[in-house]
Amino acid sequence: MHNPQLNRDGELIHLLSIEGLPKAILTQILDTAASFMEVSSREVKKVPLLRGKSVFNLFFENSTRTRTTFEIAAKRLSADVINLDINKSSTAKGETLLDTIDNLCAMDANLFVVRHASSGAPYLIADHLRRIGRNDIHVVNAGDGRHAHPTQGLLDMYTIRHYKQDFTQLRVAIVGDILHSRVARSDIHALTTLGVPEVRAIGPETLLPKHLDKLGVQVFHDMEEGLKDCDVVIMLRLQNERMNGALLPSAGEYFRHYGLTPQKLALAKPDAVVMHPGPMNRGVEIHSAVADGPQAVILPQVTFGIAVRMAVMSIVAGNS
Amino acid sequence: MQIEIKNGRLIDPKNTVDRENTSLFIAHGKIAGVGSAPAGFVADEVIDASGCIVCPGLIDLAARLNSIEAELAAAVAGGVTSVVVPPDADPPLDEPELADRLVHRGEEIGKARVLPLGALTLGLKGERLAELAGLKKAGCVAFSQASKPVIDTEALLRAMEYAATFGYAVWLQPQDHWLAKNGIAHEGEVASRLGLAGIPVAAETIAIATFVQLVRDTGCRLHLTRLSSAAGVALLKQAQGEGLPISFDVGIHHLLLTDNDIGYFNPHARFTPPLRTQGDRTALSQAAAAGLAAICSDHTPVGADDKLLPFGEAKPGATGLELLLPLTLKWAEAAGIPLSTALARITCDPAAVLGLDAGHLAPGAAADVCVFDPETTWIVTSEALKSRGKNTPWQGYPLAGKVLATVVGGKRVY
Amino acid sequence: MAPEHLPDAEAQCRQLADLIRPHLQQRPALVGIYSGGAWVAERLRELLGLTEDIGLIDVSFYRDDFSKKGLHPQCRPTVIPFDVEGRHILLVDDVLYTGRTTRAAINELFDYGRPASVGLAVLADRGGRELPVAATHCVWQAELAAGQSLTLARGEGEQTHGQLAWRLENA
Repeated sequence: MHNPQLNRDGELIHLLSIEGLPKAILTQILDTAASFMEVSSREVKKVPLLRGKSVFNLFFENSTRTRTTFEIAAKRLSADVINLDINKSSTAKGETLLDTIDNLCAMDANLFVVRHASSGAPYLIADHLRRIGRNDIHVVNAGDGRHAHPTQGLLDMYTIRHYKQDFTQLRVAIVGDILHSRVARSDIHALTTLGVPEVRAIGPETLLPKHLDKLGVQVFHDMEEGLKDCDVVIMLRLQNERMNGALLPSAGEYFRHYGLTPQKLALAKPDAVVMHPGPMNRGVEIHSAVADGPQAVILPQVTFGIAVRMAVMSIVAGNS
Repeated sequence: MQIEIKNGRLIDPKNTVDRENTSLFIAHGKIAGVGSAPAGFVADEVIDASGCIVCPGLIDLAARLNSIEAELAAAVAGGVTSVVVPPDADPPLDEPELADRLVHRGEEIGKARVLPLGALTLGLKGERLAELAGLKKAGCVAFSQASKPVIDTEALLRAMEYAATFGYAVWLQPQDHWLAKNGIAHEGEVASRLGLAGIPVAAETIAIATFVQLVRDTGCRLHLTRLSSAAGVALLKQAQGEGLPISFDVGIHHLLLTDNDIGYFNPHARFTPPLRTQGDRTALSQAAAAGLAAICSDHTPVGADDKLLPFGEAKPGATGLELLLPLTLKWAEAAGIPLSTALARITCDPAAVLGLDAGHLAPGAAADVCVFDPETTWIVTSEALKSRGKNTPWQGYPLAGKVLATVVGGKRVY
Repeated sequence: MAPEHLPDAEAQCRQLADLIRPHLQQRPALVGIYSGGAWVAERLRELLGLTEDIGLIDVSFYRDDFSKKGLHPQCRPTVIPFDVEGRHILLVDDVLYTGRTTRAAINELFDYGRPASVGLAVLADRGGRELPVAATHCVWQAELAAGQSLTLARGEGEQTHGQLAWRLENA
């Protein structure tokens, strides 16, 4: 089956998922992001790459934080940025997702940044653009359902490479609600593609998807065992609505078993870094002493995220 | 009207007939003769079936007729001469009057026979019993919840007791409401990878276990629709081994596709129950090959707008009336099953599920006949389909098996 | 021109340094354009005895053919380790051709500040300008056929390690 993210020459035209992308493309994105990191430190934090192009941030699901980082990235590339928060009410008017897309195509959009609550929605948009012959319009997935959040996965890889250089000697643990996490899925695909030999998933059975081993992941239910000798610890956010119910009895019990405390972190390697995609639930998945401690690299992740999104947008916008 | 269908290969699985170059004679709506003409037979119409197969008209155990004229035309274009209509129409078929109207409308259109399933409970809500006897009188062949659950097990027990009182069959889809309610795909590797909420196999096995126990207790005749898992098949084999009056069917798509066919979120691969794994598909295929399960199209025409949505928001189901025959042929070829056996699963076996003397071509039987060319290949396109539903995972695929003529009650309707 | 007649690039670097040396009282800051220009700038720094780190520019983000060719698959970070504001900058490249790379480099430079002046030092000028750009210092007026491409290579073998040499390819 043809990967809809790549053109016939194997170049990236959309970023929909990390799954199925060759290592060379991931490395290219990370290398390009390194160049953009330098741009962000200049007096004039802008390059003219996407001058005259229109980037539409299509957020069918609210996320001010992610939208802002894409907006900053697009603006630093000199693109015009249009933010559309499309809530339920506009779809209730009878306009379908693809109606919205057709409308924006008519406004000469060049790039769609899509956030949607349904897994696969960006694929539907990319497939529609192909069918209507708009190969000049690109789609970047900013998070779809539980499926993927590829720019977050890439910025996590950038962060890991920044602090650890070589992927091929690492032990990386992902902790928490992996079942509902698009970030975890993107991280897992990125880590395995980039050659990380040991990827661990730590969480209670209720928050782990079935058949994780088929994705090349080792499952641990005991956090202390799972964190042992890890180089990188990626904490996931636990959504409020999952804290009390059939999946977990309470936030307190979760924190006792799976919250990252200084004591638990001490089981990882002394130079292990702690990551989190934000926003954090302090006292639920992470203790403040860790979140604010010397091993946390959570704020640098945000900074790297802008450079990574600049890299992704400029690479896809340049291919057709 | 007297019709002779000549030069064809006659396959009548029920009567173990498979003969080349055998004429079929039809008079007064019935089969008048096989091989040799009855005395004084003069054909008004002769159908030359050279190179074709002449078999009983197909009986489809599940076809939704959203726009009844188009769908009945699609049925006969697919060689289907009887369609069983699940009660999950809008409104649900829970009043005798509605069933009566549907049957009459079908007769008026005069294509395939319409065999409605009455709603087991009012509005399919799983609470209050529908008027089963009244529905039966209006033409309902059995009673069903389509894919809607009866959440309250007591209500189900009472419904089955009541149906058993009158000797009515109950058709249920085995899918536990609670385990299936949020799911959109088989809970397995594919769903985990794509981030789709899963429906575990236990949703099916738990429901089957419950149903089987209720059959044991009530003696109700039960037909289970659309099996999806190997574990489900194993449970049913056991139940049948016990001698319980339980039959089951499988949708043709579940014999050919697996959850891998979801690919990159293809909404046309969304079904209720979900497509499961290769192992499940193999078990279903073996059950069908062994004659444990009948095959149906589970025809579900869905408008384009309801499929041009992200996977989880798209309506499940595929168009099927015109694809049931070619896809059954495809399954037979892939699984190495003799043609006659494969045809039994869509003719006499569904007739047996319904308890009808139909789906065969013995002299005196109703003249419901399908003539098709097994070699001719056609490409599945929206234009090629008469059904309003163009939703199919086979869009653009070449399929072998083209219907040449369809006869219902002795009248050529296609 | 046949490849065997290509001039010695290392000797040309020394000649280029000789041309620049009389202007050192301006304290010029060297900025090499990736990749050939970066090597030449590094050589010039040694030959001129400059203590300051050189700047390095990758013009990928400023190219005018982005919409046709897309982003260069291997771009490297631009590094300007000094304050551009008020400095005399000497851009260094291996070959001057259409002038488009120089244009892109100047644009990029200005995003770091307003230099006092910008000069351009190149080993080779092969003509074919499409923009009003000229070299301040140039060693070799190369005459090449239209289809030929002249590039600077850095040796990676044991004998030639780090040695700069010209390479001529026929497209």
